[in-house]
Amino acid sequence: MHKKMAFSFPDEVLEHVFSFIQSDKDRNAVSMVCKSWYEIERWCRRKVFVGNCYAVSPRMVIRRFPEFRSIELKGKPHFADFNLVPDGWGGYVFPWIAEMAGAYPWLEEIRLKRMVVTDESLELIAKSFKNFKVLVLSSCEGFSTDGLAAIAASCKNLKELDLRDCEVDDLSAHWLSHFPETYTSLVSLNISCLGSDEASFSALERLVRRCTNLKTLRLNRAVPLDKIANILRHAPQLVEFGTGTYTADVRPDVYSDLAGVFSSCKELKSLSGFWDVIPDYVPAIYPVCSKLTSLNLSYATIQSPDLIKLVSHCPNLQRLLVLDYIEDSGLEVLASSCKDLQELRVFPSDPFGAEPNVSLTEQGLVAVSLGCPKLQSVLYFCRRMSNEALVTIARSRPNFTRFRLCIIEPKTADYLTLEPLDVGFGAIVQYCKDLRRLSLSGLLTDRVFEYIGTYAKKLEMLSVAFAGDSDLGLHHVLSGCESLRKLEIRDCPFGDKALLANAAKLETMRSLWMSSCAVSFAACKLLGQKMPRLNVEVIDERGPPDSRPENCPVDKLYIYRSIAGPRFDMPPFVWTMDEDSGLRLS
Amino acid sequence: MVFEKDLNLDATELRLGLPGSSEESLRISNKRALPDMNDDSGVAAAKKCDQETAPPTKAQVVGWPPIRSYRKNSLQTKKIEAETSGMYVKVSMDGAPYLRKIDLKVYKGYPELFKALEDMFKFKVGKYSEREGYNGSEFVPTYEDKDGDWMLVGDVPWEMFINACKRLRIVRGSEARGLGCVV
Repeated sequence: MHKKMAFSFPDEVLEHVFSFIQSDKDRNAVSMVCKSWYEIERWCRRKVFVGNCYAVSPRMVIRRFPEFRSIELKGKPHFADFNLVPDGWGGYVFPWIAEMAGAYPWLEEIRLKRMVVTDESLELIAKSFKNFKVLVLSSCEGFSTDGLAAIAASCKNLKELDLRDCEVDDLSAHWLSHFPETYTSLVSLNISCLGSDEASFSALERLVRRCTNLKTLRLNRAVPLDKIANILRHAPQLVEFGTGTYTADVRPDVYSDLAGVFSSCKELKSLSGFWDVIPDYVPAIYPVCSKLTSLNLSYATIQSPDLIKLVSHCPNLQRLLVLDYIEDSGLEVLASSCKDLQELRVFPSDPFGAEPNVSLTEQGLVAVSLGCPKLQSVLYFCRRMSNEALVTIARSRPNFTRFRLCIIEPKTADYLTLEPLDVGFGAIVQYCKDLRRLSLSGLLTDRVFEYIGTYAKKLEMLSVAFAGDSDLGLHHVLSGCESLRKLEIRDCPFGDKALLANAAKLETMRSLWMSSCAVSFAACKLLGQKMPRLNVEVIDERGPPDSRPENCPVDKLYIYRSIAGPRFDMPPFVWTMDEDSGLRLS
Repeated sequence: MVFEKDLNLDATELRLGLPGSSEESLRISNKRALPDMNDDSGVAAAKKCDQETAPPTKAQVVGWPPIRSYRKNSLQTKKIEAETSGMYVKVSMDGAPYLRKIDLKVYKGYPELFKALEDMFKFKVGKYSEREGYNGSEFVPTYEDKDGDWMLVGDVPWEMFINACKRLRIVRGSEARGLGCVV
């Protein structure tokens, strides 16, 4: 009797309580308390997140959550960003759209990452969801401006259209004109990935003019500098703005027009774009610099002195993306000017050059780590590193949550001692107790993995390349990293033993990627046989793995947990190992 | 929670050998199908050797360094646009510590080219005559043609010149004597 009373809140009360719980992790936890909470929770979950589109089927999701309004799906593994996943591997969104079109006419938001999106999918979205509001496509491909035209024409309540980092077939810039003249609800538009030599400027200007709630506008490179003033003039309320190409003949009238219009943008907090930037036009943005919290200069090919001047004007910067033209000297200025800096990404201007073209070394990273107390996320490309520097960085910045270091030449040793960088990265994981994401580079032995397995207890994602000596390395990571969700490895001497010994661990992770390693076909078959809730995919463009001896290493291996079983949309170069231990082709 | 302790992995361990076969340690020697994963203490030294003898341009490893294509393309576009739409040639001058690059397509003829070179390198070209070459000047413009021969600039019609010219060199007058004209 007492037990029953304790759980006898009416459903509506519990639902109301649950409505304050937004994060998926918390919602998942809530749903595991008891059967009735599971039931109530599933009916009122409005946002669904599927980290791997093949971990579950659309029908399963729809069956469990009958009334969601927003879905986020992720497709290809992260290494697809660097062309390691062959074209045609998978990640098609169409089956999801098709299932949802029937079940959910009231779907409002779709967010996709690394998925293949066809025009057909976009047309189906446009047709099926009358109250569709948000479309965010991140690193997706497979569609053209025709699909965008369908979205523009039909989605009367569209608020957000964000195509960040997508590969779009640019057939015509006129898709923008498909937004009806009566359409005014746009709040966020990111078309920075589009090519098109001839953008439809007048349609763009008209769109911006009538959408008075527009807060985010990221233009593409094709929009010339002299058009920006006209666009900004009609959108002084913008909070985030991305320019197009930032070069033009130096003309005082164009300059003052631009500077004037930037001055009138009192809400601007984030700037990006700056393709082909010339120093003469940079000061035009000085009026907004003091309010900027985010600055993306990763396409800006200007040199250190100009970058230093710019950065010195931005004391409130929290996020900076920049090319290595900034050099150590620029990073030192950054460290002294921008005390609120939380995230820094430094990209290489000449990644394939054999010799360094700029004076950017480990010193820049040390300076920023010492000088910026709130720094927690770093992506840094450089050409040399030392254990000493890494230890200094770790000690001074224990609050790192994301640390991604890319020393451009694989297996580069500590330049001072010629030793491996095990101790340096070991310090990072030891001092940065909240580290969630780590990317390694440089010369590394099994030692570094021992450190990682011992200390990196909160680590969720690890990226490894050209590192380690033996299976022991992999074993340390799989057996020690309790929070590990994603592990991606390339060109390491890790083979069967560690993988098979830690098979159970793989079910607690989202996925494991291994390419150019030493895992044999036999081990893959065994794993597939013994672990029915793992999809073990062998990706090999050389031909069927059984045409080679069993102990031959497979080219690429992608293992992920799934309750949907093997997928049926695999291309000819992907094989799933399953219970029959035979090969299953799609 | 360490998996080894909780799950008694030894008992459940998946192995390739027959059940009951002896336990093998996880550290195995370098029996790999991959050529470069050699585990030896000389790695650092060997690496240094490699770096010293390595050629200036290396074959690119797929997907390394880990940079998105759109970033690579955006950096390259500047270079490619420059190199395909124009006719860029390097220009050097004896005694000058720097190299310049110019786009021959930009000039309509020799006079404009010479004016540009004069501005760039602060010298005077002097008067040209077919028999005597350049008179009245310490410096003489020469070019390397497609056959690798060094010729006096101005020998041939302009169109022929810009198609044949691979690079330019402004030499001291004394060295220019003896340069042949195109037959």
